[in-house]
Amino acid sequence: MELLFVQALSGLASAASLFLVASGLSIIFGVTRIVNFAHGAFYMLGAYVAYTLTSRFAGPLGFWGGLLVASLIVAALGALMEMVLLRRIYQAPELFQLLATFGVTLMVQDLVVVIWGADDLLGPRAPGFTGAFSLFGRNIPTYDLLLIALGPAVLGLLWLLFHRTRWGVLVRAATQDRDMVACLGVNQKWLFTSVFALGVFLAALGGALQIPRTTVTHYMDLSIIVEVFVVVVIGGLGSVTGAFVAAVLVSELNALGILALPKISLVAVFLVMAVVLVVRPFGLFGKAERAPRSSAGTSFRPWKPMTSIERIGVALIVALAALLPLFAGNYALSVGSEILVFVLFAASLHFMMTVGGLASFGHAAYFGLGAYGAAFAIKFLGAPMGVALLIGPLFGLAGAVISGWFCVRLSGVYFAMLTLAFAQIIWSVAFQWVEVTGGDNGILGIWPSRWASSPEGFFWLTLAIVAVSVALLRVLVFSPFGFGLRATRDNTLRADAIGIDRKSVQWAAFIVSGTFAGLAGALFAFLKGSVFPETLGIPISVDGLVMVLLGGIETVSGAVVGAIFYKALAIWLMSQTDLSKLVLGAIIVLLVVASPKGIVGFIEQIRHRRPPSPNGAGSSAARADASDALGIAKMKVAE
Amino acid sequence: MTALLQVETLAKSYAGVHAVKNVSFALSAGEILALIGPNGAGKSTCFNMLNGQIRPDAGSIRIAGENIVGLPPRAVWRRGVGRTFQITATFSSMTVRENVQMALLSYHRRLWAVLGYAGASHRDEADRLLDLVGMLQQAGRPCGELAYGDLKRLELAVALANQPRLLLMDEPTAGMAPKERVELMRLTTDIARRKKIAVLFTEHDMDVVFEHADEVMVLNRGELVTRGTPQQVRADPHVQAIYLGEGLLYDAKHRAEATP
Amino acid sequence: MKLEVAELNSFYGPAHILFDVGFAVGDGEVVAMLGRNGAGKSTTFRTIMGLVSRRAGLVKFEGDEITRLPSYEIVRRGLGYVPEDRRIFSELTVEENFEVGRQKPRPGAAAWTPDRIYKLFPNLGEMRRRLGGDMSGGEQQMLSIGRTLMGNPSLVLLDEPSEGLAPKIVEQMAGAILAMKREGLSIVISEQNLHFAKLICDRAYIIEKGRIRFSGTIDELEAHPEIRDAYLAV
Repeated sequence: MELLFVQALSGLASAASLFLVASGLSIIFGVTRIVNFAHGAFYMLGAYVAYTLTSRFAGPLGFWGGLLVASLIVAALGALMEMVLLRRIYQAPELFQLLATFGVTLMVQDLVVVIWGADDLLGPRAPGFTGAFSLFGRNIPTYDLLLIALGPAVLGLLWLLFHRTRWGVLVRAATQDRDMVACLGVNQKWLFTSVFALGVFLAALGGALQIPRTTVTHYMDLSIIVEVFVVVVIGGLGSVTGAFVAAVLVSELNALGILALPKISLVAVFLVMAVVLVVRPFGLFGKAERAPRSSAGTSFRPWKPMTSIERIGVALIVALAALLPLFAGNYALSVGSEILVFVLFAASLHFMMTVGGLASFGHAAYFGLGAYGAAFAIKFLGAPMGVALLIGPLFGLAGAVISGWFCVRLSGVYFAMLTLAFAQIIWSVAFQWVEVTGGDNGILGIWPSRWASSPEGFFWLTLAIVAVSVALLRVLVFSPFGFGLRATRDNTLRADAIGIDRKSVQWAAFIVSGTFAGLAGALFAFLKGSVFPETLGIPISVDGLVMVLLGGIETVSGAVVGAIFYKALAIWLMSQTDLSKLVLGAIIVLLVVASPKGIVGFIEQIRHRRPPSPNGAGSSAARADASDALGIAKMKVAE
Repeated sequence: MTALLQVETLAKSYAGVHAVKNVSFALSAGEILALIGPNGAGKSTCFNMLNGQIRPDAGSIRIAGENIVGLPPRAVWRRGVGRTFQITATFSSMTVRENVQMALLSYHRRLWAVLGYAGASHRDEADRLLDLVGMLQQAGRPCGELAYGDLKRLELAVALANQPRLLLMDEPTAGMAPKERVELMRLTTDIARRKKIAVLFTEHDMDVVFEHADEVMVLNRGELVTRGTPQQVRADPHVQAIYLGEGLLYDAKHRAEATP
Repeated sequence: MKLEVAELNSFYGPAHILFDVGFAVGDGEVVAMLGRNGAGKSTTFRTIMGLVSRRAGLVKFEGDEITRLPSYEIVRRGLGYVPEDRRIFSELTVEENFEVGRQKPRPGAAAWTPDRIYKLFPNLGEMRRRLGGDMSGGEQQMLSIGRTLMGNPSLVLLDEPSEGLAPKIVEQMAGAILAMKREGLSIVISEQNLHFAKLICDRAYIIEKGRIRFSGTIDELEAHPEIRDAYLAV
């Protein structure tokens, strides 16, 4: 009992930082509609800068001054990022903004190592709060008590700020309709920048406050961002009160979960999140989202199947690829196979995202399940590769059946975050269930059958499987089922009114997508000869998203191009520089700013560019209506 | 003969406030009925209950004798209820023809087919429907390019795809020019009379209501106030007080007819 | 002249929407911009307000050119805008909606306060703490107009104020607009409902396919039914 109480106190102390970071994310999302992936990076920067100021320049500022100044410095960096990067892409689809902030996260990860080194850093203790007091014979740091008091205090201050100041009323108004606020004489640009700076300040303060408690590390950004996503989704995006309640809930689950179920403590939090979202799809304190300006993948140029010439062209390209083993070495072939595997992975995600409008943040789950499925088949059944390549996708399918059933109850950002949660659950199981999965050590010795064991053989096998799978996905796009799926994406109301069962259709698409991702994962296991929990990790999910978005979300098969481009670039960079993340991040950011329609979307745009004509007027007017500054719901078309 | 649509003591409240209470009416095949009333009178709630989007607290809705209360919209649609929306709802990534083909694929229960090119199926049937509403010339255009009036006609074609017995139209002429309004309503009533489709529509343009409805129903604060011919409703002092006002906003000829 | 617009052109992407649109509004005048849906009424307003990024031409407000100014700056100079679809802040109270619209008073004119607006729209006075989302369509339209008045404009662009409202509410709206005119405001109303325009407007322009086709008084328009029929297709 005493132990429970002490753990609960420790949980409350952890909740403070989590709440600060989560409320910052929530406030930023509310006004700018941007899910700021870089929020974890700002949290980390807050900790690093505070470390430097308090340990090296402690003199003039003192400890507390150091924390505050560190947070202000990072807030200024955040404002700078808003001004030079985000202002250029507010009109882009939400996913591109996410991609851009992810690019920034990658860059910060390398920069932090360059500046502060790769070693963990231990900051000074907080003056006046170095001691501990004894409760039930256990020591509780007094600093924890300070943090416990800080959470509600910040919540109260934020409430006053939003309800008792003109700035706060403007922010709440902008949260609902930011363009209307500009039409009432408010300088929207500075409102956005100030909101962004406040949100980043809270994140950085959350990080700075951590230095007396834990070491400062260069991977603290990813771990906090996932937890923060969970918190804002449970609490409801845009709700500060929700962020507070959910931060306490999540921290307590973590603190007490360790006592009750040490093996599955990670799973508990995500299970709670899944349950909350199914019962209350917009979180505990969230409100139903207005319809997004346009859902992912909505295009205004109808898709057409390939002409016969285009088909011959594609066949030629595949044939050319098949000739690669004649002149490429083993290393190039293994790179080629890896690229092909990711082509299939990206194509499977693309089917869901582009055709179905369902953006998954956790697609690695089905990829990894496929890899583990194949590994289990080899390890436990002694099955040959052919069977393992069937069992892998079946694992992906089973995972998609279960998580898809929950996920299709939600839409938009919430859908994306629930997919992320499921991926993390599966990752935790793989990580913690050492007896079966080998935990961190993974499963080794998954080699292809002899007939496919040579680099050439495996490349051809992969090429055949990937080409057929991508072709199948394309057939599906143009089938009645694919049409129905697009219908649910384009207009839920109308789809429902003509007898389409949205949830079933989207669930089926989820399963198809998960199965093909599983197939890609199974191939990946044989390519690497091993499986680790990382195959289920967030970086793989994000890789998939980047490939799809780079390829172009409005296209039928852009993901193929995006995957080849991104994977080749990533592999090449890895071999050229130690700062591959910095370079990759910068390239992502530049691409998003330069061409928000992606590579293929960009090419198509040039191909379809028409001279301004009265006939073309309608189309572009409608498009402008859907996406331009005012985004008026009614599509009124100038004829 | 029993009515095609029979609504009995329909009621719905939100947080204790009655949005719709005790609404009963009947509608027979081929009849055009207008539902009018002040903003917030419960017209939308009524409509959304009729097509299954909202579940009523009490009462029954019978289509040709079958109670459809509790069925989801897609099941109501399968029973022959078509719907157009106040703000047009179309599939913006598809062509005009593909929009109709989509509805036909659903009607012919081919949604789960995974082979074959959907753009090639039910083409003739789609073209017949588009011809009916005068949209055949524009069949190949992306529907995002259409003028507003044409989008409304496309919606009508889509709503006709399941051979409806009842058509629900939520402010069908909102946002249209007077002449387009007349054309769309003429087209609708013409098709409805020929195919014996019952039509229920809401509308704020009294010129449209008085010109095209067989009968007019007035809803106020969730309750049915009256039902009668356009002439009767126009002349009703109570309806004038709660809704029509001094009649400055519809054609003089309707006002002239109203004053006996 | 309060507002002068000359040779206004605007584009959505590659599409040319407005062609050399020109019109003028005098002090205290109520002017109607008539036209069918999609004729370019809303686009004209949005272009004046700086909401259409590709635009060319000249917009002069109270003698100063405002063509290239950002929207918020145009509003601060006293050009108010009530968009179609009302766009009230549904999760803010009536009073908070007004606060968002509040701007500095104009020299020489009495500042609009919530109390003055409640006199104009007595319904709103009874629901100061109500959330915008809990109001009926008519009340939301009143709130939207009141919110714009809080910016102390000297001219208001009203985009389809009668759309989707019950006839009785539209009559009330007409009364309120005439009251605003008595306060010295200049008003431009985009409208499809000729009955409504006749009740409140001094002059009218007809816009069709992005071009101004007619300019004159309401009486002149009445006297030329052929113009009305050609462009408004009544």
